[in-house]
Amino acid sequence: MHIAEGFLPPAHAVAWGVASAPFVVHGVRSLTREVREHPESTLLLGASGAFTFVLSALKLPSVTGSCSHPTGTGLGAILFRPPIMAVLGTITLLFQALLLAHGGLTTLGANVFSMAVVGPWAGYALYRLLRRFDVPLMVAVFFGAFVADLSTYCVTSVQLALAFPDPSSGFLGALGKFGSIFAVTQIPLAVSEGLLTVLVMRLLVQSSKGELTRLGVLLTKKRSGTETEAVAR
Amino acid sequence: MKKNTKINLLLLLVVAALAVLPLALGLGDHKEEPFTGADGEAETAITELEPDYEPWFTPLYEPPSGEIESALFSLQAALGAGVLAYYFGLHRGRRQGEQRALEREREGVAGSAAGKTHHEQD
Repeated sequence: MHIAEGFLPPAHAVAWGVASAPFVVHGVRSLTREVREHPESTLLLGASGAFTFVLSALKLPSVTGSCSHPTGTGLGAILFRPPIMAVLGTITLLFQALLLAHGGLTTLGANVFSMAVVGPWAGYALYRLLRRFDVPLMVAVFFGAFVADLSTYCVTSVQLALAFPDPSSGFLGALGKFGSIFAVTQIPLAVSEGLLTVLVMRLLVQSSKGELTRLGVLLTKKRSGTETEAVAR
Repeated sequence: MKKNTKINLLLLLVVAALAVLPLALGLGDHKEEPFTGADGEAETAITELEPDYEPWFTPLYEPPSGEIESALFSLQAALGAGVLAYYFGLHRGRRQGEQRALEREREGVAGSAAGKTHHEQD
């Protein structure tokens, strides 16, 4: 999903930068507030960022015969809400743009918009919706992470199709072209990301019940009067 | 093996299978260069759609070789994996410590109080 350096026309690059900036600024404020009010959550915030670091470095082969990588943004979005992921995702993208020549500074705005804004929000929205209908936690986590991953690549396809419409078939023709490169390749990878996110969430349920309850991922169920217990349904 | 561990291993196994199957089934054979990056393929598609397009900015720093690039990618993964391992290790240790302190308290061994305060200072 990394649009390479210089591969978006200046007007598009600026427009995506302008679109992303408020999300990142809002995210920085949410992040500082979270750390100030709950210093104990710093470690889990670090772990969420670390998950994005690992997964976006992991290039995996796919059914289309090409390679791509997951994004890892679903986990943090479910745990800390999407604004925080806008920051953690941007940090990851900056690292890759500056050190790996993967993505770029001129395309940072577009890449942030797909991976750190739309992905986390889409994943989080589906997760919340499924939870509202009493879908089991791990199923909701799987689909949340799956959609966070896949929607990121769909946005990239749209961004490129807008910038480079097909001379004969226009925007839709180009969308089909970029979609077959990105979105189709990404489907099995999004499944992998969903499964890995479930794995990490299972480990978190084991190790950090209190933290997950505070974040509202685990629900507290009243039991025999005053005693409450964190439950993972 | 506990049921929990079994499920976790199964999850990892499915992820590994999803990664290996495209390779094992030779799904990249129809391509000149199998299993290149999708990002690179998008660049090719752009030059097909608009042959005159010239990237107007180049990366400030580019890894001088494929080896250096893969080293930096590994570094990224290693950093992330390190932080995750630290997180889970720390919490496992804390849980074990708490459990031990509880057991000691229950047994009522002399000096259990000292052990507990020591744990709390950690």
